[in-house]
Amino acid sequence: MKLVPSLDRSLALPAFGLVVYGLIVLYSAGQTDVVTQAQGVWYHQFIWVGLGLVAAWATFHVSPRILEWIAPAVYVFSLVLLGVTLVVGTGAGTAESSHSWLAIGGHRLGQPSELAKVATVLMLARHLSSRREPPRSLLDLTVSGLIVGLPFLLVMKQPDLGSAIVFIGIFFAMMFWCGVRPRLLFLIASPGLSLLLAFSTVTWGGWIIAVTVVLALWRPYFWEGVAIWMANAVMGAVALPLWKRLKPYQQDRLLTFLNPEVDPQKAGYHALQSKVAIGSGGWFGTGYTQGPQKRLAFLPEQHTDFVFSVVGEELGFIGVMVALALFFALFLGLLRVARRAADPFSSLVVFGIAGLFFTHVFENVGMTVNVMPITGIPLPFFSYGGSFFLICSICLGLAFRVSNDSRLSGYADA
Amino acid sequence: MNGFDSYQLQRRSTAAQAVLALAFLLLAGAFFRVQVVEHDKYQLKAETNRLRPVSIEAPRGAILDYTGKVIAENVPGYSVKLIAYSLDSLRAVLGRMQRVVPLDSGDLKVIGGRYLQARYQPAVVFGDADFATVSRLEEHRAVLPGMVIQSEPKRLYPAGKAVAHLVGYVSEVTEDDLDKNRYPGAELGTTVGKAGLEREYDDTLRGADGVHYIEVNARGRLVREQATTAALAPTPGHTLRTTIDIDLQKYIDSIWPAGVRGAMVAMTPTGEVRALYSAPTYDPNIFVGGIDADTWRDLNTDSAKPLLDRAIIGRYPPASPFKLATAAMALRRGLISFDTHMPIPCRGGIQLGNRYFRCWKKEGHGSLDLVGAIAASCDVYFYQLGLRLGLDAILQDGVLMGFRDRSGIDLPSEQSPVYPASTAYFDQRYGPRNWSAPAVTLNFSIGQGENTQTLINMIKFYRALAGNGETSDPYLVRPDPKAKTFDLGLTEAQLLGLRTALTAVAERGTASAIIGATPGSKTRVLQIAGKTGTAQNPHGKDHRWFIAMAPADKPVLIVGGIMENVGLHDPTVVRNVYLALRRYVLGPDSSGTATKVQITIPEDSAPTSVEMGDSAGTRP
Repeated sequence: MKLVPSLDRSLALPAFGLVVYGLIVLYSAGQTDVVTQAQGVWYHQFIWVGLGLVAAWATFHVSPRILEWIAPAVYVFSLVLLGVTLVVGTGAGTAESSHSWLAIGGHRLGQPSELAKVATVLMLARHLSSRREPPRSLLDLTVSGLIVGLPFLLVMKQPDLGSAIVFIGIFFAMMFWCGVRPRLLFLIASPGLSLLLAFSTVTWGGWIIAVTVVLALWRPYFWEGVAIWMANAVMGAVALPLWKRLKPYQQDRLLTFLNPEVDPQKAGYHALQSKVAIGSGGWFGTGYTQGPQKRLAFLPEQHTDFVFSVVGEELGFIGVMVALALFFALFLGLLRVARRAADPFSSLVVFGIAGLFFTHVFENVGMTVNVMPITGIPLPFFSYGGSFFLICSICLGLAFRVSNDSRLSGYADA
Repeated sequence: MNGFDSYQLQRRSTAAQAVLALAFLLLAGAFFRVQVVEHDKYQLKAETNRLRPVSIEAPRGAILDYTGKVIAENVPGYSVKLIAYSLDSLRAVLGRMQRVVPLDSGDLKVIGGRYLQARYQPAVVFGDADFATVSRLEEHRAVLPGMVIQSEPKRLYPAGKAVAHLVGYVSEVTEDDLDKNRYPGAELGTTVGKAGLEREYDDTLRGADGVHYIEVNARGRLVREQATTAALAPTPGHTLRTTIDIDLQKYIDSIWPAGVRGAMVAMTPTGEVRALYSAPTYDPNIFVGGIDADTWRDLNTDSAKPLLDRAIIGRYPPASPFKLATAAMALRRGLISFDTHMPIPCRGGIQLGNRYFRCWKKEGHGSLDLVGAIAASCDVYFYQLGLRLGLDAILQDGVLMGFRDRSGIDLPSEQSPVYPASTAYFDQRYGPRNWSAPAVTLNFSIGQGENTQTLINMIKFYRALAGNGETSDPYLVRPDPKAKTFDLGLTEAQLLGLRTALTAVAERGTASAIIGATPGSKTRVLQIAGKTGTAQNPHGKDHRWFIAMAPADKPVLIVGGIMENVGLHDPTVVRNVYLALRRYVLGPDSSGTATKVQITIPEDSAPTSVEMGDSAGTRP
């Protein structure tokens, strides 16, 4: 066994590029004229990158068979950690008041939700790959739903909406990849959309008619159709009480997503300042480490949730396009690995990882330009944070292993 | 598991690639919109985030007197301002400031108010800080984040209270001023002229404020004083050369009796105002850098109304000085000449219908000609002259002589005098049957009745007498090219005659004076021509007038004064007008100590006191 294995270059190049780019940007995020938490974190991140390399190397040397075998144990362990976190967890960053961190003696160890994401990917891949057929009905989806639903609910309880959304992303990605028909996915998603559209009676009325028509055309099992239709109706009905149960800051975030200038000093502050920083960057940016909005601390959380705004401000549209191109290349690489994987479990795991990364990237990058509402969710390889970087490294190690396995099995050129 | 054959995977992979491409296109589009399309908008927001404009006050133009001496100038001063990102942080810093320099809760409220008016501009804490305050604050700069100390030109009026009503004062422009666009080009925080010359010539004096930018961080703390953005240098205001004689102005202030309200104006026969004084006065320097609320309230609630410029706003019955107008009307209409006697000699009054109109002198003056009547200010003579003119002529000629119009002096807020244009006024006011034309005529002929004039307007009339019978708007800086000139319509001889009569007032009559210097000092004698007057005041003691010109043969200065509520016998106004004339005409050496003036009498007449007033008899 070689110490430095020959790696899948279509995956390795973007991954390497992103890690280096991330470190460069994180260093700049700490260059401020004001004392901020971000100063000096790039140095710590170096340690995490080192540890991440070790973790990726270790994962690379674990056979997917072993992972498949220990998946239930990891899954249960992560659920237990989530449960413990709910009791003794602490908050951080944009979600100071939540319970998402495990800490011992004031020293934060990490966010169990990060581990739970990978554990869920593994568990779901194991479950789906053990089936003869892809799920074809709601009933078929019950177990999958439970596997994702349990950690989802525990994370929602923290509350950490951002991480919870990642579970939904993983679920839909893996369902799609294992062959669940898109129309069924649409029907599963429909109650959620119904909830979102319930802000106005007219749009919701139009939606429920559309759902009825679709159900009539596609003709699923009768009871399934009734259940989906009922779910849509119930969601429309509970939207208002549910909205009222949201914490004021959650309501504010959703409202300011729709219009950040409603309250520029308070709730809309993050969204607006991020856009100001990015917009002032223009084509080529204000220059590396020179961004005034960052330097003068107008940009909030510039080393974690809003690290991408630093890219926008200092390196401009060009810098943003380079970062997005690297992410895009990484996703294409992961997709290729998933397609050529030697077995369904490996394929599903890699595609689940891609779904995990994609949700993070789209949500995080999207929220910096107000395409997505603000949730405290880190950007892979850019945001400062130990546990998340380790998880990302493990995921990459896994993908490299699957890639290598498929090449060795001769599948790759099929 | 089924469904993982390469054909199906290929299809799903293509679909996934399409979703991926769509998502990234969406993101790229969003960044394109924010960074490229809307770049300018966010660039501006970024700049307003971090750059705070601080205006650099332009030095106001100096105000000089007619010889070039300073009336208003600028001296170096300091302003202290605070940049804060919230009211709470402002209060916190002010709290720390309080331990270093005195600031009471009232000040804090005012500063908070200023901050709320313009959050993105530094709030003024001290508009005019002394050096001690500034150096103490500098020492504690470390605990006073957001503090900006600027060196700013500060207005100084060296003559202080002597020039208050003349120059007015400066102060920060108010929101109301801005709403009504009273000061074009001014912005919040600009210092503007609020009264007097500062107000009238504000656009000349003000100049344009400059601006420089300071860079602040997200907590509103100062990062760099001089950011890279170019600053705009202030444009200083223009110097204003006036017609004022500052020495005369100060002299008038120095001899004004304490506690007396009134005004005094000095003007050349060409209409140049040499002095304009109103009492009680105030020190215009207290407005510099922001007047404190208590002082402002005191100035406004003081029953003596020190802010009022009595020379142009105070309206008084013109009384006996108006008799010259009556005489001028009769002369120009050819009704009388200087040696005309009236049919009824003065025996202390005159019977008109069932009413008796008295002369101010109970014993009567006997039969007088016009010169004698002016000298003695004989009411009975002017009653008859008025009846000969008729009310319509008095009203018509009065309007022609400018008694219905403002003098037009280049100062803000001059009051219009009250003078009816025709008898319709009385019909309207009292009803056609409720007034009697002869009674009103009698009143008008001696300057009483429905006729009130400002001091400046009366002097404008006397200017015509002092020269060739023409007069126009008086001015402090430059004549108004659109000003109306009017002519009394008198011949040279008639004007000379009237001046002789006025000389007689001073020599034998009511101001009987060749008012000489105190014995021992230079005894140059100045002959003056003038007219006293007593304006009846139903609410208290009478007001005293004196308007005079000197030298009598060829006047170079006209001085008029009015003192309120000093009573019939007070000589002060005559004395002060005389002193002002003497100082101007003969020079400062002649005025001596000015406290005690002995009034001597010409060689041919017995000593009489100056306490000879005149009253208008009974009111109708």
